[in-house]
Amino acid sequence: MNKATDTQQLAYIAGQAADARVNLEIETEGMTLNIGPQHPATHGTLRIIVKLDGEQVIAAEPMMGYMHRGYEKLTEVRTYPQVTALINRIDWLGSFANEVPFIQAAENLMEVEAPPRAQWIRTALFEMSRIANVVLFLGDMGVQLGAVTPVFFAFRDREFILNQIEAVTGGRFHPNFNRIGGLKDDLPKGWIEETRGVLGRIQNFCDEIETLVAGNEIFQARTRGIGIIPADMGLAYGLSGANIRSSGVDWDIRRDGGIGLVHNELDWKVWTHPDGDSYARFWVRLQEVRESCIMIEQILDGIPAGPVMAKVPRIIKVPAGESYVETENPLGVMGYYIVSQGDLTPFRVKIRSASFNNVSITPWLLKGVYVPDVVSILASLYFILGDIDR
Amino acid sequence: MTLILAEMAYWQETSIRLLVGLAAVLLPAGTLVYLFLFKMMSFMQSRLGPMEAGPYGSMQLLAEVGKFLQKEDLVPRAADRIVFKLAPFVVLISTFLLVLVIPAGPDLWFIDVDTGIFLALAVSSISVIGILMAGWASASKYSLMGALRATGQLIAYELPLVLAVVGVVIQAGTLNVQNIVMAQATGEIFGYGGIGNPFIFTQFVGFAIFLIAVQAELTQPPFDMPVAESELVTGYLTEYSGLRFLMFFIGEFATAGIFSALAATLFLGGWYVPGLDPTDGLFNVIGPAVLFAKMLLVAFLIFWFRFTYPRFREDQLQKLAWKVLIPLSLINIVITGVLKVVF
Repeated sequence: MNKATDTQQLAYIAGQAADARVNLEIETEGMTLNIGPQHPATHGTLRIIVKLDGEQVIAAEPMMGYMHRGYEKLTEVRTYPQVTALINRIDWLGSFANEVPFIQAAENLMEVEAPPRAQWIRTALFEMSRIANVVLFLGDMGVQLGAVTPVFFAFRDREFILNQIEAVTGGRFHPNFNRIGGLKDDLPKGWIEETRGVLGRIQNFCDEIETLVAGNEIFQARTRGIGIIPADMGLAYGLSGANIRSSGVDWDIRRDGGIGLVHNELDWKVWTHPDGDSYARFWVRLQEVRESCIMIEQILDGIPAGPVMAKVPRIIKVPAGESYVETENPLGVMGYYIVSQGDLTPFRVKIRSASFNNVSITPWLLKGVYVPDVVSILASLYFILGDIDR
Repeated sequence: MTLILAEMAYWQETSIRLLVGLAAVLLPAGTLVYLFLFKMMSFMQSRLGPMEAGPYGSMQLLAEVGKFLQKEDLVPRAADRIVFKLAPFVVLISTFLLVLVIPAGPDLWFIDVDTGIFLALAVSSISVIGILMAGWASASKYSLMGALRATGQLIAYELPLVLAVVGVVIQAGTLNVQNIVMAQATGEIFGYGGIGNPFIFTQFVGFAIFLIAVQAELTQPPFDMPVAESELVTGYLTEYSGLRFLMFFIGEFATAGIFSALAATLFLGGWYVPGLDPTDGLFNVIGPAVLFAKMLLVAFLIFWFRFTYPRFREDQLQKLAWKVLIPLSLINIVITGVLKVVF
């Protein structure tokens, strides 16, 4: 057992002792505080019940399901092309990335492959949705720690990325652009040049955030050494994405297992951080936005010519079978397990979304921390409520 | 003011004092809200801020006040009603008492007491009681936590605030605020009396500590743990609405203005402009404007920090007060005392 786990254990024992002391000797109870369902720190309707001894958290329990919309069941009464409109709403900040694993799983079952141009454009939009998503996190982390200004910079610069996504797909938040066997349309004229300018802006934004937020002494004092997730603990709870990479685990599906997307043909780097604290999670995400910019630039240079749609029947019936595809989405690993019985609609769809697993570590992680750190740790884990409650 | 007031009946004198006092509290508060909270904050965040109400949104303040006046005055069912309703007044009282000692010209002051600065610092801590009342009476866990945090913080930062002022008092040799301004106006820097001797040149450490402590007293970022909106909703203000919330709000910004004016008086020479005779009657006319301009300068610094920094955690905040600011201000006092004896 390493040092961080020891501290957590000690804090837990101290918490139990404090609880016993409070309950028996003074004959009062520790305070139970309901953070949520409506609370500024929870990005929606997550409810966390914390037991407090003064300002210290003795126990924390996340309650999910306030936003459950039954997407897994709803997919069973929708045809495959209709399902993409639904699953756009899971991680609503990086919608395009939600569609990709589902479409790929369906393509696997139908044994069609998207043409190269479609795959390259898909990868570009995939990474753009990552930028749109994570840029907001970089600003929001400041808000959770009390600095109101960075989030406005984030909203300002995210708009340019959303404009580029809208130019291609017609939708800012819910593109619904993937089709089984390719994409709905080709890129509009002049888009590639425009996008280069936007990427420059995003790089500037990253530099700005690095000095304004990550370089700030108070920010570092609030995040360094706070909410440490050791690698083994993170893996045991099934964390993924930047949350596990910031604990030093070098694991990225884009590099290690990607099918259908062209990440392996690009020159880029997977960033990890050895610390595993809140600051590491912030830092890794910051680097990932930069890395995404680098990737998109290479994609813009290398998009091959050709069609964007493979030959598929007009009415899509997916042959019977099972398929599971997962991709490295902005929030972590997202996977769809599709069971088909040869109908117009899936028989069963299981959605593995990243935030659900990322949040499941909170009871362990929040033990023994102070109330202000609850907020900063939750912010650094970066979940989106739609991604927790499908 | 004393000259004019000498020939008036008691009721006339009192009502004039009352009106001027009200203006002295509300004018800085309104200016700070519009200039800094609405406009400067917006420009820092690449937005325009209010633009529709009046030219450049200058009437937005009236709209905001109108909005608050129309809202229902909610009192939680479990609240201690009397204490809950009384709390905003207690906070405002400390603000109004603070403004008394600040002179705006050679003959312009509300009260001229020999222990003026002592009085100011003493009444400034009355607001703690109001905040604790608000937090306790709200019968809300968020309010209670906010109030307890506020109490710990305000008491901790009272000390550096007082100790930072001690340096000025030693240098001026008086506790009377008017005499402190005079000492700056008539002072000399190494025999050169052209610009007087604003104490910021010698008491720059004191000035920095004073600003940091003021920031904490106002519970503004980076010291806004008591109202941390991402954790405690708004701390002790959570259950307040309508007029009572507005009173807390005015109290916060008026206190920001008055503390800025106090900093301007103690460190930047108050109502005095270099190059003129400080006993000149002219200062009774331009003094308030000069003081106002200097107040805006100090307030700009305060709000600049407010919109830039994230907030400290409670323990880090206490560490900063007890381990850094208080020892630093004690050293500053010792050095000031030694230099006072030497020169």
